Amino acid sequence: MRPVIPYVVAALLFGAGVYGVLRRRNAVLVLMAVELMLNAVNLILVTADTTVRATLPHGGQVFALFVIVLAAAEVGVGLAIVLQLYRLRSSVAVDTVRLDAAPASELDEPRLVRE
Amino acid sequence: MTGADMLLLALGAVAVGSGVLVVTTDQLVRAGLYLVVCLGAIAGLYLVLTAELVAWVQVLIYVGAVVVLLLFAVMLTRAPIGRSPDLNRPGLPAALIGGGAGLGLAALFADAFRFTKVDLPRPGNAEAIGTEIFRSWVLPFEVLSVLLLAALVGAIIVSRPDIGSRP
Repeated sequence: MRPVIPYVVAALLFGAGVYGVLRRRNAVLVLMAVELMLNAVNLILVTADTTVRATLPHGGQVFALFVIVLAAAEVGVGLAIVLQLYRLRSSVAVDTVRLDAAPASELDEPRLVRE
Repeated sequence: MTGADMLLLALGAVAVGSGVLVVTTDQLVRAGLYLVVCLGAIAGLYLVLTAELVAWVQVLIYVGAVVVLLLFAVMLTRAPIGRSPDLNRPGLPAALIGGGAGLGLAALFADAFRFTKVDLPRPGNAEAIGTEIFRSWVLPFEVLSVLLLAALVGAIIVSRPDIGSRP
């Protein structure tokens, strides 16, 4: 087995993820690109686990499992934030979010969600 | 070029191809479905690399749960079916940074490893990994369970503003 193949695959996947995060406007698509980057890192961890003889065996695979759990938590909280953004602004475009102003619909928002 | 190399190359090509399609397609639902293909190919790579526990956890959690959650989010934000022309921002800086990061890292790895060969370990190490988690990594494991609980509570509170804003 030549370890250069999975390493290069992981590097290219990471590049695709970076491109997606910077390119996409839709927040859900940005989250998908973040998942690509996390998977690239996982692939590097697993490949290193198979190719490097470490004093603590299988550390890479254990780290990959931990990263998968972190990604699950991240996507849960991230999607909650995205849905809240959609509820406030009726849009999930990340480049139209104004961070310095309150949303126009904030005042009548509580009535809308408490019904 | 052994059989494992061929498998790694084929699965890697599928993973990179569908990964690029995830970030370039202009149909939202298809991006999610390409993500399934990409994550499945990565699970196949894990299987070839004799990490079968990670592979099946990947299939269960990523393909089974995360992608379904993402597709639910696509539907809940009332994404249009079919082409949406306004999904992208100007692409040149993103292509520069993303392509630079990807190709730079690839060149770094290719230069570091060249064509060295490594013998794959014997498959069937799920028991060893379980032992390792509960022996060396038991404290991070417990911290991770607390983190999952915090993320669960946080997601509920974020998605219900009537809880947080009540005086």
